[in-house]
Amino acid sequence: MSAILPPSERLWWKQPIDKVEWAWIAIAFVWGMVMFVMMIYWHIYGKQNLSNEAYKTTPEMFAAKAEKFIAENTIRTETEQQIPVVKVPANGEGYLIARLWAWYPILELEKGKTYKIHLSSMDYNHGFSLQPVNINIQVIPGYEHVVKMTPTKEGTYAIVCNEYCGIGHHSMLGRIYVK
Amino acid sequence: MATTYRTCPVSGLQFEDQAEKLMRWNAVAGVLWLLVGGITALLVILTRWPAIKLLPADQFYLILTAHGIDMLILWILFFEMAVLYFASSTLLRCRLAAPKVAWLAFWLMAIGGIVTNIAVFQGESSVMFTSYVPMQAAWHFYLGIILVAVGALLGVAVFFGTLVVAKREKTYQGSLPLVTFGALTAAIIATFTILAGAGILLPTLLWSLGILKEIDAQLYRMVWWGLGHSSQQINVSAHVAVWYLIAAVVFGAKPLSEKVSRFAFLLYILFLQLASAHHLLSDPGMSAEWKVLNTSYFMYFAVMASMIHGFTVPGAIEAAQRRKGYTNGLFEWLRKAPWGNPVFSGMFISLVSFGFLGGISGVVLGTEQINMLMHNTFYVPGHFHTTVVTGTTLAFMAVTYLLVPVLFRREMILPKLCQIQPYLFGISMSVLGLVMMGAGTLGVSRRHWDMAFSGAPFQYEWPGAAYLMMGLTGIFGVIAVIGGGLWILLVVGSLLFGKKLDGGKVSDRPTPIPVNTQAASAAAHGSEHVAVPGTVVLALLLFVSFVLYYFVNWKYLSEVWLLS
Repeated sequence: MSAILPPSERLWWKQPIDKVEWAWIAIAFVWGMVMFVMMIYWHIYGKQNLSNEAYKTTPEMFAAKAEKFIAENTIRTETEQQIPVVKVPANGEGYLIARLWAWYPILELEKGKTYKIHLSSMDYNHGFSLQPVNINIQVIPGYEHVVKMTPTKEGTYAIVCNEYCGIGHHSMLGRIYVK
Repeated sequence: MATTYRTCPVSGLQFEDQAEKLMRWNAVAGVLWLLVGGITALLVILTRWPAIKLLPADQFYLILTAHGIDMLILWILFFEMAVLYFASSTLLRCRLAAPKVAWLAFWLMAIGGIVTNIAVFQGESSVMFTSYVPMQAAWHFYLGIILVAVGALLGVAVFFGTLVVAKREKTYQGSLPLVTFGALTAAIIATFTILAGAGILLPTLLWSLGILKEIDAQLYRMVWWGLGHSSQQINVSAHVAVWYLIAAVVFGAKPLSEKVSRFAFLLYILFLQLASAHHLLSDPGMSAEWKVLNTSYFMYFAVMASMIHGFTVPGAIEAAQRRKGYTNGLFEWLRKAPWGNPVFSGMFISLVSFGFLGGISGVVLGTEQINMLMHNTFYVPGHFHTTVVTGTTLAFMAVTYLLVPVLFRREMILPKLCQIQPYLFGISMSVLGLVMMGAGTLGVSRRHWDMAFSGAPFQYEWPGAAYLMMGLTGIFGVIAVIGGGLWILLVVGSLLFGKKLDGGKVSDRPTPIPVNTQAASAAAHGSEHVAVPGTVVLALLLFVSFVLYYFVNWKYLSEVWLLS
């Protein structure tokens, strides 16, 4: 076809752009800006933003801090494995260890109180997936992520691991109580 | 170097001898990998279907690793090599630069693919497609992928070289055809992507050999996704180029505006690389500013590009149809489109599914805060099965119906089944993506063997709807596998048993494009100024769905625990 077209067709960059097409480009552009601003808006006015607070750490350092927290705040143990249930001080700090293949310990929180939960992994990547709320956070070895969270409803919550971490991945289930 | 050029009598496309052989070998290798990927797909589906749960955990993770690698890397990359050689040598009617290098590329990719598959099937490398450190695979797992990457880079270099050859030997006039321009976009993105891959996989190989002591787990994720996500952007560019090709070949369509379509490809080159961030939105190691800027491709410019293509591709078809006289109402052009031609039906389902499902879900998933609702859930594979499968794979399947007669000189066998196949595969795969996203919205994890958490110290019961979604995933997954298997059967069957077609005249030098042929349409330049009201309606429908779904998810987010 190009062979039979007048040569001017080859100067495609000189052909005008149709109004309708301009309009669509404008819509796409504006919509992109709306979506961009929406994320910033939510950082200012929204109540669900992932914490920016994170530190480099090592499994040993993190485990030491977590063990101290557990020793000081355990209120009882549960299940055959005697997993400690740890009451995080109201508006205080708590630690949650991800390791093959458990979330440790069980945390007990209170509705409406704000907690700083420190997350880290002892080995591989893990995925903190709080159910049925459906909040999902990546947990990476060597990084201590301090997530501020405020439970809004009482109940028993599950922490599913949703980052593949080997053969026992499916059995890595933790628990959080909200009173 | 002496070579010959064959001009296909039906399409007018010209195939240089070496390029033709390379396209055939790469396409066939791609189909074979798709076969392996399809078998593993069936096993994955039958295991995640809660009522069946076919494989034990260890085999499930092994098979899932193989499925990811064979589909996302091997099937698609091999086919893309064929697309690159087609878009350069065939569309520009020139010889392929350095065919020996192209053969080296082919064999490196083939050997690399086999080596990585051996590592996976030996059982010591069930680390998933993403192979996040510090989980370690056998060293040859990484080596194989590196060989594939080096091969692909060489193939891309041959493509660039061929553009130079065509320019120097003046085998085309004016600018590159739009399809070649799209392929060029894919090749440029491939170059940076593969370099990112080298940047992370070489150290990982050394680490698996014990030479390097440690690789930072967060750094790995960032650089790896520079390979992992960006390589999907190669696919987007390649399949958009294929959409334009099919529109040109089937309808003689020209873009509404060359300028706009090319500009949209340029936006891909400039901004798609940032998408590595999509996978790190729920990670500890990056700041919110970094996440917002990168996840939005620096203010959504690449999304804008896709929205432009989503308008101009159907717009080009509508314009061409209206010019032919299908001018009644808003949609006569679409109703009277050749729905029985699998080249068109496959392409159009690919376009709609990619736009409405893959595109919208991708942007929502990539919104910094909303990502927390979906990160690592079944939503993620739901999303990418509507981009890389109904988008890329289906577009490649559609163009194959075109290539079998012109490139392989065989008539397609069982034309009735050929007509059905794009619908069977495209629709079931689209529904599959939807129900996977549904399950993910309810929290179901990806890459997870057991929804019942057997062996865990506690119980958690998923909502009944989640089981329903997973059951539907099973059903539509099996149908999709049948649809994909049918395509392999039809293609391989046609290559072996299809009626042989006349190859056309062979010449020892490039020949000019015969007028009024598919080849001429594919190489044409210029814009078509015809009003396209039907496309406007379709685009507005997309826009409204997009806006609604986007804000519904903010609503969901506002209902979870408070986080700061």
